[in-house]
Amino acid sequence: MSSDKKYVPSSPTAKWVEDRLPLMGLIYSSLGSGFSAPRNLNYMWNFGVLAGFMLVVQIVTGIVLAMHYIPHIDFAFDSVQHIRRDVNYGWLLQAIHANGASMFFMVVYVHILRGFYFGSYKSPREILWFLGIIIYLIMMATGFMGYVLPWGQMSFWGAKVITNLFSAFDFIPFIGDGIVEWLWGGFAVGQPTLNRFYSLHYLLPFVLVGVVILHIWALHIPGSTNPLGIDADGPYDKIPFHPYYTAKDAFGLGVFVIFFSIFVFYMPDFLGHPDNYIKADPLVTPAHIVPEWYYLPFYAILRAIPDKLLGVVAMFSSILILFAMPWLDGARVRSMRFRPLSQFFFWIFVVNTLFLGYLGQLSPDDILGFGWTALTYAQISTFLYFAHFLLVMPLVSRMETTKPVPISIAAAVLDANKKG
Amino acid sequence: MINNIAIKGLLASTLTVLLFISNANAAGEAKHPERNTYSSAGVLGKFDIPSIQRGLQVYVEVCAACHSMDLVAFRALEEIGYNEDEVKAIAAEYEYEDLLDDDGELMFRSGIPADYFPSPFINDKQARSANGGALPPDFSTLVKAREHLSFLPWASTYGEDYVVALMTGYHEEVPSTAPEGFELASGLYYNDYYEGNAIAMAPPLFDDMVEYADGTPATMHQMGYDVANFMSWASDPTMQERKEMGLVVMLYMIVFVTLLYFTNKRIWRKIKKGEDIDPTKL
Amino acid sequence: MTTNNDVAEERRNFLYIATGAAGVIAAGAAVWPLINQMNPSKDVLALSSIEVNLTNIPEGQSAVFLWRGNPIFVRHRTASEIAEAQAADNADDLIDPEVDADRVQRPEWLVMSGVCTHLGCVPLDQQGDFGGWFCPCHGSHYDISGRIRKGPAPLNLPIVEYVFLDNTTIRIG
Repeated sequence: MSSDKKYVPSSPTAKWVEDRLPLMGLIYSSLGSGFSAPRNLNYMWNFGVLAGFMLVVQIVTGIVLAMHYIPHIDFAFDSVQHIRRDVNYGWLLQAIHANGASMFFMVVYVHILRGFYFGSYKSPREILWFLGIIIYLIMMATGFMGYVLPWGQMSFWGAKVITNLFSAFDFIPFIGDGIVEWLWGGFAVGQPTLNRFYSLHYLLPFVLVGVVILHIWALHIPGSTNPLGIDADGPYDKIPFHPYYTAKDAFGLGVFVIFFSIFVFYMPDFLGHPDNYIKADPLVTPAHIVPEWYYLPFYAILRAIPDKLLGVVAMFSSILILFAMPWLDGARVRSMRFRPLSQFFFWIFVVNTLFLGYLGQLSPDDILGFGWTALTYAQISTFLYFAHFLLVMPLVSRMETTKPVPISIAAAVLDANKKG
Repeated sequence: MINNIAIKGLLASTLTVLLFISNANAAGEAKHPERNTYSSAGVLGKFDIPSIQRGLQVYVEVCAACHSMDLVAFRALEEIGYNEDEVKAIAAEYEYEDLLDDDGELMFRSGIPADYFPSPFINDKQARSANGGALPPDFSTLVKAREHLSFLPWASTYGEDYVVALMTGYHEEVPSTAPEGFELASGLYYNDYYEGNAIAMAPPLFDDMVEYADGTPATMHQMGYDVANFMSWASDPTMQERKEMGLVVMLYMIVFVTLLYFTNKRIWRKIKKGEDIDPTKL
Repeated sequence: MTTNNDVAEERRNFLYIATGAAGVIAAGAAVWPLINQMNPSKDVLALSSIEVNLTNIPEGQSAVFLWRGNPIFVRHRTASEIAEAQAADNADDLIDPEVDADRVQRPEWLVMSGVCTHLGCVPLDQQGDFGGWFCPCHGSHYDISGRIRKGPAPLNLPIVEYVFLDNTTIRIG
């Protein structure tokens, strides 16, 4: 980090302000020219910024929608329709917010998988990784409660199913029996539930901002990893964040906005569920309850285990196991570029998780290839999911012969230019 | 990231296996609705105003006897080509009982453009009791609620198509009969496209049931198509505005992203090639 | 050689400025919906004009209507009231001088805001020193043309925008 420059105020006024509140200096040294990053980051490293962008988009559009939304079981559905029909640009803001949740998860999934592939969870970035998992958990809670607010059929029944997960813990003395009623504020999902979900859905994004600041802080201690996975401590290994990565991120953001716009303007309902266009009815369960796509793999794991408690435990474990990754992976080389076998299993893991997502939206009794049910496939896939963390990762990472790693990032850049 | 030939092979074979596995035999008995053509479809989709207006006529003269449309106000009809006076005239056809007279009694008044289409029943219970226990769904968002989109266009069900199919999916000769071996409860009708095939709605449309003002022959299919167009507008009245704005945003973003691409390339030119690196100091 | 560099630099500067400008425009366009959503929505605007049936208001009487959340006075003036209003056109005590003819479209119908221009109270009908309206809050006297004649209010009761749709109906707003 020796190349990091210090902020020099360019005018007397700026200096006067900086002496009293060193805000510009903070920005300069965390996002400007004063912060340096490895010179070889590829486009996979754009997704952190994209996730930050999506958080801002969700908070801004959310605050605006809250000016028109009514958290009441009789008016919630109609107020969302009022936003879409009558509020100026309400249809646009609502579509951005609803599809924005999907976009947020999409970029975060790429961000997480980038961390998997390039070993971003490995020493010295364990706490950075933990904070990322916490962000993801808060996102899931926020997204779930947000999905309840339009008070359509899928909102209502999704809320009912997910809150019922907690009834699996009814064996715990004293609190076990009452935990679901405590969540609901009644004996079923109803007005108190909707009201508190609205309150928490408004609160949690700001908690998220706080954890994101910690995440960025923790990032700035060791700095970013890079595709080679080696430490960037050579004299030419780093370049200033601005203008190089601000320009690169701006380009990536532009491409992402186009992708986002396709959904907002041309297929705003594609990622949603049609049953949510029907007002919630506590007496009629939809034929087929499915969560939003970003929860599907975990929903498949939940259903794969026939025991209620064990299913819930497996579902939570499938995410919490990420906390153990820095120790499950014992490789001394970070990047999977130099770990062919790990790379192979990484792609198996990705495909398997996508397949779990596919299974999550089927009915467990659906018959698939070989005449096996979706449930059977989900059980195999769930086994593979956990085997990846508990068997493959510890063994392969410790036994694999890695490919030679370049001595420095700058050397690798020169080498690539010679070849290319 | 995918530069290893073994991994490419692995991905290809896994996808093949998945495609085989995922070729599930769908369990539904209902037929898949046929695709019709709509001027509202596609990136440049526009509302088919004459058809929507005919659909409004069908709704008002036929469907509105049982189906409400709570979220659509008369004023919105200006979006489908009616002028202010026409909207006023349509609204004035309805009566509302929500004003208090000097004695505090409810009194009738005629509708104004700010009013919403009135419900044919006072509440859901009355609606159910008048319809043999079945609740006629509200039309406001119905097309959206019947639209099942998937990545495969031919596996998708579009709400408008579903409405057309349902309107024409009764067995014409004897609408109350079902194919052999199908147990149809009394009061229900057999419909090819309805989930479970037994629907409580009697065949709603017959040829020449309404007389279109523009002279279009009112065949059953035509009325179904028009009412589907109308319901599609009612479910998503901002569709055209959305697509028009989308086009502007897309074109602008493509220009902007092109500029960003060249800016980024220009900034990175030297760094990318490593021209700043002194090889002797590595 | 210097010219080549100059050309290259000029092109680069143009590229940067164009990109920056495009970014500013995009950001501005993105902010507009966030601001405009706070303006009255379509359902609110639909109620922003009301139609008043004049046949229900007998000569010599007033009616009050709620329009955009505020009262509107509609007075069916008698011939003597019209004469009285016109006679006062040049009175010395007019605080906000205005002739009666400018305040009405048809002399027998006075249509105006029912909000006192002092601090927003609603004046009482046919009271006060001038036979028009009297605001009980701080004692403002309005005449039969709604002009302020006495008291703290600075302006006449404002005339609202309205049109005669036919002889018996007006639309306010």
